[in-house]
Amino acid sequence: MSLLRIDNVVSGYGEMQILHGVTLDVAQGEIVSLIGPNGAGKSTVIKTVFGLVPAWSGSITFDGQDITRKAPEQIVRNGISYVPQVENIFPTLTVEENLEMGAYLRNDNYQPMMEKIYSMFPQIADRRKTPAGKLSGGMRQMVAFGRALMLEPRMLLLDEPSAGLAPLVVDLIFESIQSINAQGVTILMVEQNARQALAISHRGYVLVDGQNRLDGTGKELLENEEIGRLFLGG
Amino acid sequence: MANLIVSGIILGSIITLGAVGLTLLYGIVNFANFAHGDMMTLGAYIALFLTASLFPALGIVDTPIGPLSFGWVTLISFIPAMIITGGVAILADRLVYRRLRNLRVRAIMLGIASLAVAFVMRSIIFIVWGSDFHFYSQGLRNSWKLPLGINLRPDQLVILVLAWAMVIALYAFLQGTKTGKALRAMADNRDLARVSGIATERMITLTWFIGGAMAAAAGILIGIDSQLRPEMGWILLLPLFAAVILGGIGNAYGALVGGLILGVAQQVSTAFLLPSYKPAVAFIIMILVLLVRPQGIFGGGKS
Repeated sequence: MSLLRIDNVVSGYGEMQILHGVTLDVAQGEIVSLIGPNGAGKSTVIKTVFGLVPAWSGSITFDGQDITRKAPEQIVRNGISYVPQVENIFPTLTVEENLEMGAYLRNDNYQPMMEKIYSMFPQIADRRKTPAGKLSGGMRQMVAFGRALMLEPRMLLLDEPSAGLAPLVVDLIFESIQSINAQGVTILMVEQNARQALAISHRGYVLVDGQNRLDGTGKELLENEEIGRLFLGG
Repeated sequence: MANLIVSGIILGSIITLGAVGLTLLYGIVNFANFAHGDMMTLGAYIALFLTASLFPALGIVDTPIGPLSFGWVTLISFIPAMIITGGVAILADRLVYRRLRNLRVRAIMLGIASLAVAFVMRSIIFIVWGSDFHFYSQGLRNSWKLPLGINLRPDQLVILVLAWAMVIALYAFLQGTKTGKALRAMADNRDLARVSGIATERMITLTWFIGGAMAAAAGILIGIDSQLRPEMGWILLLPLFAAVILGGIGNAYGALVGGLILGVAQQVSTAFLLPSYKPAVAFIIMILVLLVRPQGIFGGGKS
């Protein structure tokens, strides 16, 4: 039973069409990676799901509910959180305030969730009162994850979570993606760093020219020679 | 000199009151509101209507409190004047800015539109109240002679207290409440605020209300300190922008310091220059900041 189903979605920016019919499924509890060359429309898929880019045609359903033309502020209430690739924190707000803003829609006590995030990312726990913009790239990414997790979403959409980070930090981020997933959060991520992304993914999709070309388990895609030649650097 | 510094702090406090609203609007609505000075004027004249026309017609006459030149009626008039001006600011947003926003025009278009709104507001004030000077009260303006040659009017002490009480209240709101934090979050990163479920249009409406109300309060304080004129706000627009730019545009804390520096610099300059050069002082400060440190004293925190 799929949690998120994207069916033949066409979308783009203004007059420019980016997606030419994308179809993919994410089952409850999975980590699914979307890989592909630059300009294939990977980020556009995620933005279309979250309502930031309007779908021209096709349908998107989450947990059986049609969310195709809903606005981001509605979709987030359905239990999907989104971590943008860049500008994914509030720089002048403190780490704590960033998390509070993640919990903006919650009216219950979110302190336990906040503590859970601090224990997941001890590095930022010591910097609660620091403006998030003053943190290192890796810590900012942790704040970004934390903000998105505050609503305790069922699904997390990650746009290039490893972009611009040092290799050691990238490992840390991928580990935390796995541990977030182990706690029951379904993950759909777009990654340029295809090899590492597929290594932790249950399944993956290869997107080329706004259409999905191939899919398979993480392992299958890693071992696929054509993909290896095209995107995994040999 | 000490006297000029004191009167500079008083002027600076009023500028700060206007500048925090202006910088907040810049952060949230993303354009420079050239109508901010005229919102100050409008607030001042609405209070004039209340104290000089409406309340006397109802048989309520303002009697000065102690050494002050005004009484409770003037103080109470702040509330409706601030609420009405805040409402006018929201109305301008609905009629003009929101439509332009929905057309996704560039910030400069919105800025020019606000200039038009400023002209409309000022013209209405000219039509209704004329071009003469007005005063809130004919009460005697006492002055205390303090050491170091400082002349302080009791009125000015009230101005100082009221201006800072409002600024502090706004900061407490921005720092301590969920809605205040959401406003700062939106100024930081509008898209991320939206993604977090913050209703951005509602935040914009709230910001216009706060900006309008604070501008009205600043306008009334100027009226209490000196007099009401239809251009009173317009001529303060330059110092307001200079204060905002000095503190780092969009930075609410910067506006606070920027306002004070501007006020003191303008008043102290009169020791060396003719008072009519005061706006030039603001202009020079603005240009120097833009040349040397365009992000302002407190800028640079944004990614």
